[in-house]
Amino acid sequence: MATSFANFGNELYTGKRSYDFVESKKIWFLIAAVLVALSILLPVVKGGFNLGIEFRGGSEFTVSNVKTTDATIGEKAVEDVVPGSVPRVANVAGNTMRIQTDKLTEDETLQIKAGLTSAYGVTDNEVTSTFIGPTWGADVTKQALLGLAIFVGLAAVLMALYFRTWKMSLSAIVGMLVTMFVTAGVYALSDFEVTPSAIIGFLTVLSYSLYDTVVVFDKIRENTADLQASTRRTFSEEVNLAVNQTLVRSINTMMVAILPVGAILFIGAGLLGAGTLRDLSLALFVGILIGTAATIFIAAPLYAWLRRGEPELVKQAERVHHRRAHAAAKTDSPAEPATA
Amino acid sequence: MARTGPKNTALRVLVWLGVILAVLTAVLAGGTMAGQASWTPKLALDLEGGTQMILAPKVEGGSDITEEQLNQAVAIIRQRVDGSGVAEAEISTQSGRNVVVSLPGTPSKETRALIQASADMNFRPVLQAGPGAPVPAESLTPDDQLPQPTAEPANGSDVNWITPEIYKKFETLDCDNPSQDKQERSDPAQPLVTCEPASANSPAIKYILGPVEVRGADIAGSSFQLQRGAQGAVTNEWAVNIQFNEEGTAKFKEVTERLYQFYIAGGGQSGSDPKSQFAIVLDDQVISAPRSLAVITDGRPQITGGFTEESAKALSDQLRFGALPISFEIQSEQQISATLGGEQLRMGMLAGLIGLLLVVVYSLIQYRALGLVTVASLVMAGALTYLAIAILGWTENYRLSLAGVAGIIVAIGQTADSFIVYFERIRDELREGRGLVSAVENGWKRAKRTVLASKAVNLLAALVLYFVAVGNVRGFAFTLGLTAIADLIVVFMFTHPTLQLLARTKFFGEGHPLSGLDPKSLGAVPLYRGAGRFRTPADKPAAVAALRAKNTGATAEAERRMTIAERRLAERQEQLAGSSKSASKEGN
Repeated sequence: MATSFANFGNELYTGKRSYDFVESKKIWFLIAAVLVALSILLPVVKGGFNLGIEFRGGSEFTVSNVKTTDATIGEKAVEDVVPGSVPRVANVAGNTMRIQTDKLTEDETLQIKAGLTSAYGVTDNEVTSTFIGPTWGADVTKQALLGLAIFVGLAAVLMALYFRTWKMSLSAIVGMLVTMFVTAGVYALSDFEVTPSAIIGFLTVLSYSLYDTVVVFDKIRENTADLQASTRRTFSEEVNLAVNQTLVRSINTMMVAILPVGAILFIGAGLLGAGTLRDLSLALFVGILIGTAATIFIAAPLYAWLRRGEPELVKQAERVHHRRAHAAAKTDSPAEPATA
Repeated sequence: MARTGPKNTALRVLVWLGVILAVLTAVLAGGTMAGQASWTPKLALDLEGGTQMILAPKVEGGSDITEEQLNQAVAIIRQRVDGSGVAEAEISTQSGRNVVVSLPGTPSKETRALIQASADMNFRPVLQAGPGAPVPAESLTPDDQLPQPTAEPANGSDVNWITPEIYKKFETLDCDNPSQDKQERSDPAQPLVTCEPASANSPAIKYILGPVEVRGADIAGSSFQLQRGAQGAVTNEWAVNIQFNEEGTAKFKEVTERLYQFYIAGGGQSGSDPKSQFAIVLDDQVISAPRSLAVITDGRPQITGGFTEESAKALSDQLRFGALPISFEIQSEQQISATLGGEQLRMGMLAGLIGLLLVVVYSLIQYRALGLVTVASLVMAGALTYLAIAILGWTENYRLSLAGVAGIIVAIGQTADSFIVYFERIRDELREGRGLVSAVENGWKRAKRTVLASKAVNLLAALVLYFVAVGNVRGFAFTLGLTAIADLIVVFMFTHPTLQLLARTKFFGEGHPLSGLDPKSLGAVPLYRGAGRFRTPADKPAAVAALRAKNTGATAEAERRMTIAERRLAERQEQLAGSSKSASKEGN
């Protein structure tokens, strides 16, 4: 596998094998636009996200060392006390059940606590109860959004300074925004709970997305540095080549980043049940996939598109086409002539 | 010499990394032996188990608590909890009525008592003041020269309150680094040695204070405003107004009469007798110690001098809060079982290990023996991170939370990416036809920039999140930032020097098929083969054909027409194709 993958890398490097990321930009942009539109519409249609208890507020019970992890037992114990309530019962970490309800009065809390103790056959001190006011989650989100805004602003400046062009900065941010919307859309679609942990994962995804873009853009910068002196490829072609040349890196990085996250999501979820790690890993899993794709399909083509009208680049492209037409005219001579 | 240069540098860098690791380990070992640190990182509430307390504030007199008072209560509890040395305590308000305190571990009886106690505000006269730093050991007052009380103190400002014991305590008190273990509440009838913590516009100051003369409960109200000048015009100076009740007015008058004497005797405006100062003490800490510039007979003192609107408001709020002491009743106290915490930690570590294993397998498949460098680098980064977390747990009381563990697991991928970027650059250089030694140097030059730029984005994200976000998010951002730094150290001080050395070994240098750097499988073609000749995709088969033709000797004519450089390049190409000689020959 590695040999063929190395070969794949070689062909991508030399340009023998090339995927058309830049030229087919209209298709990618269209797909992205549709996905973003869907991601915005979906939560609206569904009536918002599935918010965790930290955002809704409510009561939460934790029952440790249960004999059975049957969720219906817990549901019944709550419904006996508060008819018509819809408790959320989940298995968290081994033999621990978590039961979340709407806000309860103190009497109800005590009754449910007693009910759960007998229903799950545990002792009194293995059942804990908490109330969560709705302020906590909102507080976390507010601060996270503020952090996000500051981060995007600073990162945009940092990239503009490093690459010496705001167009790269803009392209990278647009790629990140696409990642952000689509990840949120997947969250709305999957009905996973949005908890403060998910928000953390979400923020990481955005930083990963920009990080990934910087690596690819750095190669683009390198490839297009002395473009004016060359008639080998046009600007878009150089951008496309750079994306192809870093494709192996993109795939490897994505794999390496996604393997631990996937381990938590798929292996850990069975063992862990709902909880911080699982909430976090879903956001990351989806976000890393989309972030990698957004760099390749959105950010890089967008950058080429943003610079398409620059007179110097247009002139350079003309020179390239002229040289090619010239070369095509004398196809009889096979390779380049050797030094005479 | 040219070839031993980078090799020696590489060795030196590796030694330095070893020194860093050894120093960190020694620091931790020292801390552990001194009984202050431990080899394992400190764990937060969700991993270690802990206590969550829901506190209901109770106002003396039974009136309702306002939102403003509740916020003040949270601020006060936070200060108390932080002061007691408990870290990562989360303090929040719930449903506008309760205060929730989450503490890692089980709080000591003293911490609980401290949290529950009502705010204790009072006014004490200053007996002596000094800079916040402790007096150096060599200039401590000798025992026989310590102030000795000559009589029973006549009033609150009498220096006869200062016993040798109190004076010693005053000299050794360190207000720049206040101690974290708070003693019990002071006795209002006794003098008090305490600090005014450093603020934006003044350094820390320490005081010996007389006994309590006016209680905070005697404050009827407090406000802040822009001060009015002699003509009644508003000036730019902010002032805080206090209004005392009847009892407070009488006491305050009595005290200011005495303090004003010290003010006059000390030289008035230019004087500096600390005994003219009246300290406002909250929870045994001085929040302000203004001088008495006049005798206040109407119970409406005004505090001025160096206030900003913000600091005036803060002091006014504190005074109001002190006027209505709030105590806290623990409504529910919930222990998050250590079992649940331990289980979360185990599962988190298991998931992390599985993830790490998958990364190792993937790198070995992708990069063969080079994958081992990835693994070793990850181990190095892991060791650095672990040591840093353990040491920070000791010095900064940093506690690892589940979100922090998640940050570390995520970091595995991002750390490995630095190596991937670097390896791919080396492979690119090999494809260009360079020998391994120069491919490593050139690849590094390019990869370095990319790694630095991309890690800057990561660090920026971690920093912004750390400073802006609250609670869990901070723990996550912290490990994310920490691992990014560990990654940079490892890439620069371990991965690159290791590769520099490995490039000179036979196994890697000759591009063994299992080395992951086999030029053949990378389709290496020299980039430049004479003037005007660039490698094109079609070149590869052509180059091979040329080699074959050359081997048959049929191109003797062409060979004769080659320049020396061209001939050398062709020879090297032959070596690469036939891998008969060491490719590292070319050196740099």
